[in-house]
Amino acid sequence: MGKTFAEKVLARAAGVAEVRPGEIVDVYPDLYMSHMASWRCIRTMEKLGTDELYDRDRIAMVMDHISPAQTSKIADDQRLCREYAARKGIKKFYDVNAGIAHVVLTEEGYIRPGMVVIGTDSHTTIYGAVGAFGTGVGFSELTAAWVTGKLWMKIPESLKVIIEGPLAWGTSSKDVMLKLIGDLTADGATYCSVEFHGSYTEGLSISDRMTLCNLAMEFGAKNGFVRPDETVRTYLAGRGVAQGQYSEVHPDEDAVYVKSVTVDGRSLAPQIACPHAVDNVKPIDQVAGTRVDQVFIGSCANAKYEDLVEAAKILKGRKVAAGVRLLVSPASKEIVARTVKDGTYSILLEAGALITNPGCSACAGDGGVMADGEVTLSTANRNFKGRMGSYNAEIYLGSPAVAAATAIRGVITDPREFLRRD
Amino acid sequence: MEGKIGGKVIKFGDNVNTDVIIPGRYLVSIDPQELAKHAFEPLGPEAQQRLWSSQVVVGGSNFGCGSAREQAATCLIGAGVKAVVAKSFSRVFFRNCINTGLPAVQCPEAATAAADDGEMWMELERGVIEVQGKSFRFAPYPESLKQILDAGGLIPYLAKYVLPARQPMKA
Repeated sequence: MGKTFAEKVLARAAGVAEVRPGEIVDVYPDLYMSHMASWRCIRTMEKLGTDELYDRDRIAMVMDHISPAQTSKIADDQRLCREYAARKGIKKFYDVNAGIAHVVLTEEGYIRPGMVVIGTDSHTTIYGAVGAFGTGVGFSELTAAWVTGKLWMKIPESLKVIIEGPLAWGTSSKDVMLKLIGDLTADGATYCSVEFHGSYTEGLSISDRMTLCNLAMEFGAKNGFVRPDETVRTYLAGRGVAQGQYSEVHPDEDAVYVKSVTVDGRSLAPQIACPHAVDNVKPIDQVAGTRVDQVFIGSCANAKYEDLVEAAKILKGRKVAAGVRLLVSPASKEIVARTVKDGTYSILLEAGALITNPGCSACAGDGGVMADGEVTLSTANRNFKGRMGSYNAEIYLGSPAVAAATAIRGVITDPREFLRRD
Repeated sequence: MEGKIGGKVIKFGDNVNTDVIIPGRYLVSIDPQELAKHAFEPLGPEAQQRLWSSQVVVGGSNFGCGSAREQAATCLIGAGVKAVVAKSFSRVFFRNCINTGLPAVQCPEAATAAADDGEMWMELERGVIEVQGKSFRFAPYPESLKQILDAGGLIPYLAKYVLPARQPMKA
């Protein structure tokens, strides 16, 4: 009987020949990511009364959620992390200038096929974009991994998502995921490893793979996965990671899945997740015309280079509607540099965007919050009540193209109105 | 884990997310009592008052979905909650409960039968929940999870059992 990706990769990380869904094993992850939670891990170490780390080279810290610090308490927490990393010789430490942990660590080439990565962030599922197994944990568990190198994991059942492409004109990986989340609902894949297959995924860009795996969290997935191929190998080679430095894990052809779901990307329309749940998804024609006060292009889901270029394509030579704030928070320092270099940055600026430093920004409630009764159209991955300021504000989620079109009109707008058919 | 735990119930629907349980703006704290003041704040003061006088939080399906924030479990502990019972849990929230020493029990029948402001009592060792005069069964925890809960969470468990017996580590 064939094995799924999760069954193979977790057996390897547990050092056993074979595992079955439902079984609980001790897994030794290859990398432990902590963001703003890092200070909590350090305080927990103090509570434990130990200073000994299992393997400091598996620790990665990125100061992304509130960067730069908003309060002196946060500045103090960040100093604690900075000093701890220096004292313990933790080389994978990224300060407040770096950007969002998931994107930064991927760009740095630390995330590789066949790895098991845990992170103090639910969207750690994103690492499946380069063929790794990524899953979110709490800070106590992450601290335990710092000390013992391991954590218990239940072997998940696997869900196979088949996406048939090419995608319909004017749609993107975000629309694919919103459609899926709406169809499967917020707990459609709870405890499941989600593998993305189908013609759309073959040769797909790393950026789009990241969007797929990131948003898999929103239907409850334990991890997301796209099979590594030449695109991944080339991406990693460009980051100085040779093929001999990792060992890919692929699911067997005859692997057993708990369920298989097919999305026909060829007939897809832009999708919108409406307040206050990510699975409250409607095709754009049902919500077009909804007034917005703010548009946010940011987050680990959709603030990558390709996302900003997509938005700039629509915003070029146009202006943000009067009275509307367009907030753009690139996902990483590298992305800022690329957009400055190729002119994307200027296009956004001239259109009227407020471009912030890289980081989680408004998605983590770090700036860009809303007043009572306000509405934001966001490219992020969550629209929960109170996530961006007032508990009486509303968040709609859509693609970068939808965000750009909406910023121009000041109401939720179908981006196809602005796109030329090539 | 021996004996009965429980008390007054506060009941919620499906897909209660961690931004509602504890808004991100309060994650600068890890103090259970401080966090408890802001638990369920987006739902308003009435829901908060009821939470503070309840011992069992009952949820529908996918309780605790969203962010991996561990404070979603600790804020409930600070509020005096003794157990969370739901039709199903988001996986990270479930792990965070066990790891902070808060029993999380998946029992759809009991979650359905529970009434807001009613009572619910359970015996974790035996896997039995009593609600409205009826009893329901659930699968007791495997030994490994039971040990963590008994110690009061993962960190106390490590301090008590793992660190004292530790072998020399890799560099």
